Amino acid sequence: MKRKLLLLALMGILLVPMVANNYMIRLATIMMLYCVLALSWNFIGGLTGYPSFATAAFFGLGAYAGAVCQGQGAPMYLAWILGALVAAIFATGLGLAILRLRGHYFAIASLVVADVLREIVNSTTNLTGGGMGFNLPILKLGVDAQAKLFYYLMFVLALLTVATAVLVDRHRLGFGLRCIKQNEDAANMIGVNATIYKTVAFILSAVFVGWAGAFYASWVNYIEPGDVFDVLYSVKPIVMVLLGRAGTISGPIIGAIVFLLMEELVWRNFLTFHAGVLGLIVVALILYLPDGVLALNFRRLLAWRKNG
Amino acid sequence: MKPILRLEDVTRQFGGLLALNEVSFNLQPGEIVGLIGPNGAGKTTLVNMVTAVYSLTRGRIFFDGKRIDGMKSHEISRMGVARTFQVVQPFPKMTVLENVAAGSLFAAGAKSLAEAKERAMDHLRFVGLADFAASSASALNLADRKRLELAKSLAMNPKLLLLDEVNSGLNNAEINRALELIRSLLKRGITILIIEHLMKVVLSLCSRVIVLHHGQLIADGEPSAVVRDPRVIEAYLGSRYAKQQKEKSRE
Repeated sequence: MKRKLLLLALMGILLVPMVANNYMIRLATIMMLYCVLALSWNFIGGLTGYPSFATAAFFGLGAYAGAVCQGQGAPMYLAWILGALVAAIFATGLGLAILRLRGHYFAIASLVVADVLREIVNSTTNLTGGGMGFNLPILKLGVDAQAKLFYYLMFVLALLTVATAVLVDRHRLGFGLRCIKQNEDAANMIGVNATIYKTVAFILSAVFVGWAGAFYASWVNYIEPGDVFDVLYSVKPIVMVLLGRAGTISGPIIGAIVFLLMEELVWRNFLTFHAGVLGLIVVALILYLPDGVLALNFRRLLAWRKNG
Repeated sequence: MKPILRLEDVTRQFGGLLALNEVSFNLQPGEIVGLIGPNGAGKTTLVNMVTAVYSLTRGRIFFDGKRIDGMKSHEISRMGVARTFQVVQPFPKMTVLENVAAGSLFAAGAKSLAEAKERAMDHLRFVGLADFAASSASALNLADRKRLELAKSLAMNPKLLLLDEVNSGLNNAEINRALELIRSLLKRGITILIIEHLMKVVLSLCSRVIVLHHGQLIADGEPSAVVRDPRVIEAYLGSRYAKQQKEKSRE
């Protein structure tokens, strides 16, 4: 039953570009992007229990690494690999430095990283175009074909992220990360190399995000520091994961989908106040659904509605 | 015989407080030694130094002939040093079985999670928690949590076990069961250092007792001799009582 449902969903995803218009394809691409961001944050935030706000830093870094690389005339696929690689290497160094901090201290340390990177990009005008932004070479493809191409690319990246999440979950790495989340001192004492494990989780939370950033740059053809280092890239994945269920695999995916639908609905209906309304919904969800949508008992909910 | 654990002038300073002051002693393989002393004497600090929770201000620690001060906690535990915590530290959201499996997987070199769980089940049977394997660790009562803590340590396949007040908060029947367990560990050849407040436990288990007071080692010897040592009596009951005792013995 579950397998059939999954297969059906996969078929649907593959068929979307055949039937949908470009707006829908764009929305679906963003949905894939959100899945990548949410699943990535889940490695460090959901599994390991370290509330990272560094997602925007990885995204922007990947975007600019890819963009600059493409600007120098390198082929796209090389730029994407570079985006992922740069984000991963950066996460290694950053992780070793700030993963010693715990709780709020870690959150704040990771929060400022994106701002620092944005200012660096802003001031290296020669390389990155600074505040003027960066124009990428235009693809020699039609608008429709380009939309479809990036939809499928983002889908493949999302699949790759899911596969990694499944592997980690079954591997001793996932088990060790759960130990660290519940009691890091006890985990150390029982033989878990917490430093290495945490750093690997942090790298996993960066590599696909950097990759997605490089995709994004190629996709939209123009990036600027304020856009790709936007703090919302850090906040949204956290909300998505909490919305679904932290520490699981399906939770972040469902959270990403629900979040995107909400975001789109609110944005359409409250043009001038959409950020505020979205904020209120998030607060309400955290207050009344602290364990996420997956914790809901749908059968009981239905029964309650029938009786009431 | 070569000592399994050797402390040389181990010193630890917390700001102006000298928590441990040049403590030196050896543990021989297979022996069970009691570590006693009034509250704040530095007993738990000593265990924390051996397991690298704190670094040393001065001194050296050897385990199995290798110097271990300066190593990380997880390296030391993989070498075969396991400890229990005074305040039990389970992974609350995991099952009892998973808690124990963690020890087999990360410290005792189990190849897979499945193998670790298999081994963990044996340890649970040994401590008498097999029936609770599938329940969540946070659902256990205190006595069972202490036994879980013990099973977790055993899963690490230790040569040296540091027990930090495994009996505190237990009633008499529970203590007797715990004592039986500890004795059966000795039969496996595990060396044990046990921090304990209950003299009944110390006297019935230990072949040797080490006494700490204000971070200093004030006695090291046979239990019956140590409890008569005037310095130990003074540390526990105050100098006035010690003087009274001395005068009484003179009369």
